[in-house]
Amino acid sequence: MQAARAPTRSVPLFLDFFYKLRAHGVSVSAHNWLALLDALAQGLHEDSLDGFYAVARCILVDDETDYDGFDLAFGEVFRGLVTNLEHLAAQLDEWLRDPKQLLELDPATQALLQELGIDELRRQLLERLEQQKGRHEGGNRWVGTGGTSPFGSGGVNPSGIRLGQGGGRSALAVADARRFRELRKDLVLDTRQMGMALRRLRKLDRKGELVELDIDETVDATARNCGDLEIVMRPPRKNDVRVLLLLDVGGSMDPHAELSSRLFSAAAQHGGFKEFKHYYFHNCVYSKVYEDALFSKPVAIEQLIRSAGPNWYLIFVGDAWMHPGELMMTSSTFWSLDNAPSGLRCLAKLADHFPRAAWLNPESERMWEAPTINQIRRLVSMFPLTLAGLEAMVGHMRLPASPARRAHISRVLREGE
Amino acid sequence: MKRIASSDRYIVSDELAKAVDVAIAIGRPLLLKGEPGTGKTLLAVDLAKQLDAPLIRWQVKSTTKAVEGLYHYDTVKRLHDSRFGDGEVADIAKYIELGPLGRAFEAEQRMVVLIDEIDKADLEFPNDLLHEIDAMSFTIPETGRTVTARQRPIVVITSNNEKELPDAFLRRCVFHWIAFPEREMMARIIAVHHPDIEDQLLAGALEAFYRLRRIDGLRKPPSTSELIDWIAALRHGAIDPAKLLGAGLPFLGVLLKKEQDVATAERTSAPGRGRA
Repeated sequence: MQAARAPTRSVPLFLDFFYKLRAHGVSVSAHNWLALLDALAQGLHEDSLDGFYAVARCILVDDETDYDGFDLAFGEVFRGLVTNLEHLAAQLDEWLRDPKQLLELDPATQALLQELGIDELRRQLLERLEQQKGRHEGGNRWVGTGGTSPFGSGGVNPSGIRLGQGGGRSALAVADARRFRELRKDLVLDTRQMGMALRRLRKLDRKGELVELDIDETVDATARNCGDLEIVMRPPRKNDVRVLLLLDVGGSMDPHAELSSRLFSAAAQHGGFKEFKHYYFHNCVYSKVYEDALFSKPVAIEQLIRSAGPNWYLIFVGDAWMHPGELMMTSSTFWSLDNAPSGLRCLAKLADHFPRAAWLNPESERMWEAPTINQIRRLVSMFPLTLAGLEAMVGHMRLPASPARRAHISRVLREGE
Repeated sequence: MKRIASSDRYIVSDELAKAVDVAIAIGRPLLLKGEPGTGKTLLAVDLAKQLDAPLIRWQVKSTTKAVEGLYHYDTVKRLHDSRFGDGEVADIAKYIELGPLGRAFEAEQRMVVLIDEIDKADLEFPNDLLHEIDAMSFTIPETGRTVTARQRPIVVITSNNEKELPDAFLRRCVFHWIAFPEREMMARIIAVHHPDIEDQLLAGALEAFYRLRRIDGLRKPPSTSELIDWIAALRHGAIDPAKLLGAGLPFLGVLLKKEQDVATAERTSAPGRGRA
């Protein structure tokens, strides 16, 4: 019985599922896969699709943000299975005609069969299959209602999984409900999640002089040293991350104001940075940024560069969406014609001084091909303002800037001279 | 195989029950995540009761090191003994005490080990336990003794998502995320804790509770355990269920623990400005 379940026939199907999962960003390793096969060999899925769903999910997924990807992949693979049921219908038909097989059914199902009559049963089944075909996206209802239907007990499904084994919700219906959608990492996020992501920027380093007495180690070393005092010192543990946040409060950013303010409070409250400063700009950074969103307290970027060393992390938040002229313009106001550098040069200057810089863009990535956005992206790496984007940004900022980017930055700086 | 089922102390969802089965069957630790107060820790307690296995609880703190779970060498006691002439100082084994995992390995009986709030510890903590959890044995360098598990213990690990856990560690776990209970499930959970609650009070409390959770911008939305406490308070104070429907909830401090949240809740539930 156990051996019969060993999934030789089901391997191609499972493999398909495996790659579908990976396509949906669920990082399944071979390690997990073997564990799943082990669990299936032990019959933990109880020969049902519902069981398989539960077993596969708890083994293959290791983060709740991947639950939705799992549901999507599951739906794609196993709905395919359900829509391919026509040949199954024929098989089932044959099976239903075979009186010997019918004897193996439990008394309740037999009674039900008798009540319905085989022809009626066949008619109902074909009807449901018809409905199934007719509904392109769905199909879950069929399986969903299948839970109480006598069809499910056939067990002729190519994967060896019985459909709708009576009662219970169907796994496909569960998967289709996409209950975990809001946990996805690529959706916008709340303050706490943002804070958690930003916290990963922290580097808790033991740095500098050995000035702190490590009491635990001292006691231990002393005791091991037969009681002769052995002092153990260590450098203090400090979070050495300083963050400079530049926020766009331009008109096109209005729809994203809420999101930006969440990011701001996340960085200010949950980030736990050693130092945190923020300034505002309008559309593009020119030679000045502002301490307040009303643009009444200007700070020259030269001053910014003087006051914050290259070890600061620089994060821009904005849609980077502007008229090309604006990027090349020398000042944020059309009228002041003092000989200031263009927006692009100002950005390059900042990017040059702060090698660890990134741009968070609340617009969807589809929009990023616009010429101005592209120009900016060549200077500063751009990430979507989502949890996944923040995480990618954190990862990016911990690495040194790429030489190609640095070369481009200095080219832009030279051109302006 | 013995399945975990809902008991008179704890309500378990089908999916969670399946995850528990899988973890036991394939011999991997069960990693539970979810909002605070969704009963992650209670699951381990109840699982131990249902399996009739002793529970060893290892509460992780920010300073906890992985080796503490295995054993502890009490050097100070040994030093004390050597100075004041008590006991057999030459025998180091006497000063080795096994930690929670170590005790579970040595036990004759199968144990349930709860590693609670693993995310509180240092980032490297989970990685340092990988080998021991895989191989189910470890060696104590001070004495050269190898402790090998006689019975593979059932390891339940909880995390509040304060820190990311390393991939290598996650790969070895069976994972389940406890979703916040829906109203129907919540009613069952409350029935476990307050078996003789009046229907009206239950309905009123649930209504008020989910209304509160729907408010945008709460820093710490109230959790299941807070709801259970709140209901206890309501019953103790013999509060009329009708009072739960309007603004100004009684004993709000049991549900909301942050000042700003109380202010937010009062603002949104003020008459005339309430949300539908």
